[in-house]
Amino acid sequence: MRYSGFSLLINALSRHRDWPRAWRDAEPSKHYDVVIVGGGGQGLATAYYLAKYQGVKNVAVLEKGWLGGGNTGRNTQVSRSNYFFPESGRFYEHSLKLFEGLSRELNFNVMFSQRGILAVCHSRHEMEICRRWANAIGMNGIDSRMLSREDIKKRIPEINLDCRFPIWGGFVQERGGISRHDAVAWGYARRASEAGVDIIQRCEVTGMETSDSRIKAVDTTRGSISADKFALCVAGHSSQLAAMAGLRLPIVSIPLQAMVTEPVRPIFHTVLMSALIHVYVSQSDRGEIVVGGGADAYPSYAQRGSLDIHRDTFSALLELLPIFSRLRMMRQWAGVCDMAPDVSPIVGKTPIENLYISTGWGTGGYKAIPAGGDTLAWTIAHDEPHELLRPFGLERFESGRLVDEGAAAGVAH
Amino acid sequence: MLRIPCPYCGLRDQDEFRCGGEASIVRPAQPDQAGDAAWADYLFYRDNVKGPHLERWLHAYGCRQWFLLRRDTLSHEITEVRRLTEASGDG
Repeated sequence: MRYSGFSLLINALSRHRDWPRAWRDAEPSKHYDVVIVGGGGQGLATAYYLAKYQGVKNVAVLEKGWLGGGNTGRNTQVSRSNYFFPESGRFYEHSLKLFEGLSRELNFNVMFSQRGILAVCHSRHEMEICRRWANAIGMNGIDSRMLSREDIKKRIPEINLDCRFPIWGGFVQERGGISRHDAVAWGYARRASEAGVDIIQRCEVTGMETSDSRIKAVDTTRGSISADKFALCVAGHSSQLAAMAGLRLPIVSIPLQAMVTEPVRPIFHTVLMSALIHVYVSQSDRGEIVVGGGADAYPSYAQRGSLDIHRDTFSALLELLPIFSRLRMMRQWAGVCDMAPDVSPIVGKTPIENLYISTGWGTGGYKAIPAGGDTLAWTIAHDEPHELLRPFGLERFESGRLVDEGAAAGVAH
Repeated sequence: MLRIPCPYCGLRDQDEFRCGGEASIVRPAQPDQAGDAAWADYLFYRDNVKGPHLERWLHAYGCRQWFLLRRDTLSHEITEVRRLTEASGDG
């Protein structure tokens, strides 16, 4: 059913007891055209674009836990396209543009708020680097603008310009912003299910049946499921799933933490990032101050991270924004980030004929959900990499044609 | 905060150290004959184990020696410490 002001009114009459399920709780079939392993943003978006735009509706999404419960449910919700290289710019800009129309596309309010994303610089050298970076973004045809100290103070009155080390200026992408991560997962799930995709939760893939160097079927906790094509969209567990198919990956999994304060009235109206004083911060639509920092320094699948990161992230936050010292921290968690050597995604075909992969999103996969889904769906349907994905194939690690976005990825690791 | 048992200095806090990643990575024995796939394997491909993981650590703010740890990447439990000079079963 379409969500609308009218449907809200009608359902109010029956005291909101008759809203239909947002997505079907499908029973797994024995066979599908495409099986997508992983019910996070990338997997659900891929299923949606396959069903809606590629005419491939006989699709299942298998999720071992609850949909959107992995990194899609754990990120700091930022979307931006201010990367350095043209290949990255093109890809993330495609995603940002999809985010701009996403609530309408999904008939679900993802609360995308383009409140700008600011990076601040703390030295003459950082200003030079940022100028170079802002120019590169401009050359990619994407909006970015240098800011003076005064500009920054005007946008963020609470900022401590004379922190250690004092702020010289910065740059902004006005069209960057935040959205509600659960809504993105649920919005894609609802539309995919509507379009015929079976979303099967509490269904863990435990093994793969291969024959003739193709995947024939996946063994799951809910039975064996065969398909013509398979896609792995399992951020945080890419190596484990790939190993079931006999593949190794150029991936290391590290924890990235995020934390939120108690909710307060709207006070912080943009997204702020400092590379040097390592922290990024925004205020969610629930009023919580959402804070992230550097990644923990060793590989981990524990989804919690450790306390030394809190010390570093909070000192950074209070150095830049001393006003927050009175707030209470409410909650902390971590995701498992699959890091590629060049901190750029690895999406597309694998050495196994009918197996596709979406991994290497590292600390920046949330903003890429729409474009990742759109381009992977195209790739699966056509059995060749989408134009935007050609620079991000697995083969670049043999050819040496890496896309080194370590700086633009924005997270120290 | 992990407590790392440096084989030279004893038990110290994690932030005195730097994790050097997966251990037992062997450089191609004949570099001029190794092809792109062998180099990619050596430079980039990793097991990325979920479970007991043999990894290299550097005591950056202490003795500045490298050593090996077997640490579970899910529970973070450390079950083995080894100097690089010690022989091992699995290299």
